[in-house]
Amino acid sequence: MDWGFPESASTFGAQIDAAYGAIFYATALAFVIVQGLLIYCIIRYRHRTGRKAKPIHGNTRLEIIWTVVPALGVFYIAYVSASVWLDMKSEDRIPAGAYEVGVHASQFEWTVTNPGMDGRLGSDDDFVTRNQLHIPMGQPVRVLLTAEDVIHSFFLPNFRVKQDAVPGMQIAVWFEPTTAGEYPLGCAELCGLGHYRMRGTVTVHSPDEFDAWQVSEGAVAADIAETNTVASR
Amino acid sequence: MVTFHRKAPLWITTSLTFALTACGGDDAGTPGAAGGADDAAVEIENPGVVTGTVAFTGTAPALQPIDMRDEPVCAEKHSEPPVQEAVVVNDNGTLSNVFVWVREGVTQSGAAQAGTPELDQDGCEYLPRVLGVQAGRPFVIRNSDAVLHNINARASTNRGFNISQPQEGMTSERSFATQEVMVPVQCDVHSWMTAYVGVVDHPYYAVSGDDGSFTIENLPPGDYVVEAWHEEYGTQTVDVTVPPNGTVEAPFSYSGETTTASAAPPSGSSHHDLAFAERQRAD
Amino acid sequence: MSTVAPTPNYSDLFHDPSHEDHRSFVQKYIFSTDHKIIGIQFLFMSLLFLLIGGLLAMLIRWQLGWPGEPMPGGAALGETRMPGGIMLPEFYNSVMTMHGTIMIFFAVMPLLVGVYANFLIPLQIGAPDMAFPKLNMASFWIAVPAGVLMVAGFFVAGGHAAAGWTSYAPLSTNPEFTGVFTGQVLWTLSLIILGFSSLAGSVNYITTIVNMRAPGMTWFRLPLPTWALFITSILILLAIPVLTGALILLLFDQTLGTGFFNAEVGGQPLLWQHLFWYFGHPEVYILILPAFGFVSEIIANGARKPVFGYHAMVGAIASIAILGWIVWGHHMFQSGMNPMLGAGFMATTMVIAVPTAIKVFNWIATLWEGDLHFHSPMLYSLAFVSMFVIGGFSGIFLASTPVDIPLHDTYFVVAHIHYVLFGGSLFAIFAALTYWFPKMFGRLMNEGLNKVHFYLSFIFFNLVFFPMHELGNRGMMRRIYDYTQYGFLDGLVDINRLISLSAFALFAAQLIFAWNFIWSLFKGKKSGSNPWRANSLEWSVPSPAPHGNFTFMPTVYRGPYEYSSVESDEDYLPQDVPPAKPPVPEPEMTLA
Repeated sequence: MDWGFPESASTFGAQIDAAYGAIFYATALAFVIVQGLLIYCIIRYRHRTGRKAKPIHGNTRLEIIWTVVPALGVFYIAYVSASVWLDMKSEDRIPAGAYEVGVHASQFEWTVTNPGMDGRLGSDDDFVTRNQLHIPMGQPVRVLLTAEDVIHSFFLPNFRVKQDAVPGMQIAVWFEPTTAGEYPLGCAELCGLGHYRMRGTVTVHSPDEFDAWQVSEGAVAADIAETNTVASR
Repeated sequence: MVTFHRKAPLWITTSLTFALTACGGDDAGTPGAAGGADDAAVEIENPGVVTGTVAFTGTAPALQPIDMRDEPVCAEKHSEPPVQEAVVVNDNGTLSNVFVWVREGVTQSGAAQAGTPELDQDGCEYLPRVLGVQAGRPFVIRNSDAVLHNINARASTNRGFNISQPQEGMTSERSFATQEVMVPVQCDVHSWMTAYVGVVDHPYYAVSGDDGSFTIENLPPGDYVVEAWHEEYGTQTVDVTVPPNGTVEAPFSYSGETTTASAAPPSGSSHHDLAFAERQRAD
Repeated sequence: MSTVAPTPNYSDLFHDPSHEDHRSFVQKYIFSTDHKIIGIQFLFMSLLFLLIGGLLAMLIRWQLGWPGEPMPGGAALGETRMPGGIMLPEFYNSVMTMHGTIMIFFAVMPLLVGVYANFLIPLQIGAPDMAFPKLNMASFWIAVPAGVLMVAGFFVAGGHAAAGWTSYAPLSTNPEFTGVFTGQVLWTLSLIILGFSSLAGSVNYITTIVNMRAPGMTWFRLPLPTWALFITSILILLAIPVLTGALILLLFDQTLGTGFFNAEVGGQPLLWQHLFWYFGHPEVYILILPAFGFVSEIIANGARKPVFGYHAMVGAIASIAILGWIVWGHHMFQSGMNPMLGAGFMATTMVIAVPTAIKVFNWIATLWEGDLHFHSPMLYSLAFVSMFVIGGFSGIFLASTPVDIPLHDTYFVVAHIHYVLFGGSLFAIFAALTYWFPKMFGRLMNEGLNKVHFYLSFIFFNLVFFPMHELGNRGMMRRIYDYTQYGFLDGLVDINRLISLSAFALFAAQLIFAWNFIWSLFKGKKSGSNPWRANSLEWSVPSPAPHGNFTFMPTVYRGPYEYSSVESDEDYLPQDVPPAKPPVPEPEMTLA
């Protein structure tokens, strides 16, 4: 089941959706038990003339059962969640050879610093795109997330990625796109009056397409950079 | 980053609050809160005129293109690729968007300029880019785009404001209480959108047009210091003597060199990639 | 814990029926030191704020149901808020911020604690008043200016605070980022002041419970509302200073230009979140523990049965209160906090589900083999259990760190918090209001209207908040002014419109309650001293309880939940009725 989540386009999708499903079935079972018992009691023990309640004060064995059983359940959920979580969020578990791109959040724009053909950020062929994140398919992507002014949150619903961008911090986020196409990029943390309009697009290209895009967009950006230098002279 | 973060002592802030609450002062930034310009206006005897053109002797710089692809509503409105109009050199070798105002010497001022100045947002650009308003008098901000714009006025002497216009056709009236040349205005949704509002105590200001000329009328005869301000090239002053019922020329000329430091443009979107580069080197 | 109650020495404070009450109107009803009047003062103030908070919610629902469309009559709110009836984003942000702030700090928290800790504690423990009556009066009159400041924010230039009820820095510290100047400072000041009110109250509640219990009122004979309020007061005493300290730092950042939370000058934005949530998570339990107590009391009464596992109930409240201090990081899973910390906070958060489960099972077991009377307080309490369970389950989704990634900061969280705070706390408040209304005012609320209100609220509450889980799964962010700006959320208009219409109906249903409340104050059926045939001490005094509460110091012979006891022919046995037969020893209990 997709649980209503947007269509998955990354390797995280299946993992998170499965975790969601496991918790859903566990809680659904508990839900049916608890609400079922509640409704049963309400109907079964409703007041009737002559009914007298039994003055039971408690039962230690029952208390132990309903302490231990939920405890085992939630510990299991926590245990399973922990390793998935660390795989997704730990910076030292980001796969080597990831495509690295800078995303800078400011009121109310996502400024993407693309590494260019050399694949390295901070080199001369870097170029900037506004609200447009282009990435290659089938390769891990490492996003270096920074913020200009306030806290924003880098939210890619289809990739099951969400990470706050915090002023003064650089946070690495990774994911691996599995399907080419255009996907939304949103801001999930209230960042001011334009928060709702702080949106962008993620385009996942097939590797060939991606190179072509880098060349053409890089050329446009180089022009802009050229005029920039002239203008600031 | 430019801030208008007020560091007023706490008791001022609180007492101000109570004052505002007490008088139901809803919108201190809106007209009516700081009127009075009309009351001060007097009939000027034998008024004179300051006029002139702003010459430009350097080479026109290439203007930075604006990537508007992400905002099709605005991109459609531009037949030519939009550029950041920080320096507009006219065909006749003059400069547009220079704010000219009488900085010193005004002792009495005449009637306010007719009409309500308007700052339009059209095609994700401010029209005009440089606007003059009189302190305490209203000006209108209009959104002609079917897209959210916010208007972040980063005043330093005045109280700034940061408001939004989410829909096409929305207008807001605002005013600034005291003289401030210039108040930068920024749209944070479209970081390239920048305008400057010159707030002057009196009605003696003008903005050079597409022929580089400007005219300031209805000045009492006397000696004045006239200042020109350009967002890239800074300020220049000229001393003039306005004759009774006559016209005096105030010549300004920019060479394309920045003359004052005050003209630093607001931070655009390019400085942080430098930061990136530095970080990368540090790694 | 001591099982011997102290011997109090304040018998002159008790109500002397032969003695005329010489207090003036002002002393009696305005600057009163009587805990019951102070409780009622808090009641009226917080019900007013509940109404304001609800109205703000209606504004939010208009914008989300009909994004960007003019609201009928909205233009009256002015050009800076709703020009032509179209809500501006900055006003939306203020409304959303104030809905949260007012509901949490000025409605639910005072309703649970300010009202019932004041009103109930002395009555339930058999004391004539609070330990510090003047401090108690001060705690209300400190809350008043805080409320005035909070409301004043709506009328200042730049609008009211717009950084969310969590007020994350640096959005909340620099007016340039929000366009809000004075409003944000007023918000901070108001909450600082309110903190002193809460502190004054909690010191009083703790002292009163420790020192002023009537003879025989041992710790484990305390009614569960008093237990819950006792533990809640300890939480308040420890948590509020953290918030106040953080707010003072925030105020410095806002007004003096310091940079505690400003990264540009070496501050740390995450520091605010740590401080806020270190207060904020205990706060969540401050908002639910008293509700646990009320519901336990009322369910036992409605079921005519002892609370199942009384000691386990107390133990569960205590363990929730303790665990509540080490889970704050689960609000910050996606904040940039070290993911290892996230994993740790997930573990502690999961643990807290255990005592919560214990409580739920004990409530159900209390119903088991009972003789269930569905008076309206009972209905609200049963709904509380049912709704709180849903809130608890959605909490497990959010507690699981990987599942939290897509759900964090979406409407799933909004659904979760409302199942806990509305379905949970507020239903418990309705239960408590209807249950103790006769003791406050001597009259019963109209039962028929209460039931109409209950069923409408129950249905529309679920229609409002259950679909929000779906919105969250689809990725609709919380605090968003116009989700239709996102292509993938564009299709959510219908579901949002359903929610909005249900929300309007839910609000209308609350007006029934408001009408019933006011009508019953004057026209309700006279209740007599013990309309619910309940056991705890407050029902042994007349309704409304007189100044000084008890005519003489009561003596307590048993626990508060001896319903359907074999000792008595009735199905209840008040705590202060001397035993006819030798008392049955309390059964052995193990703390879970």
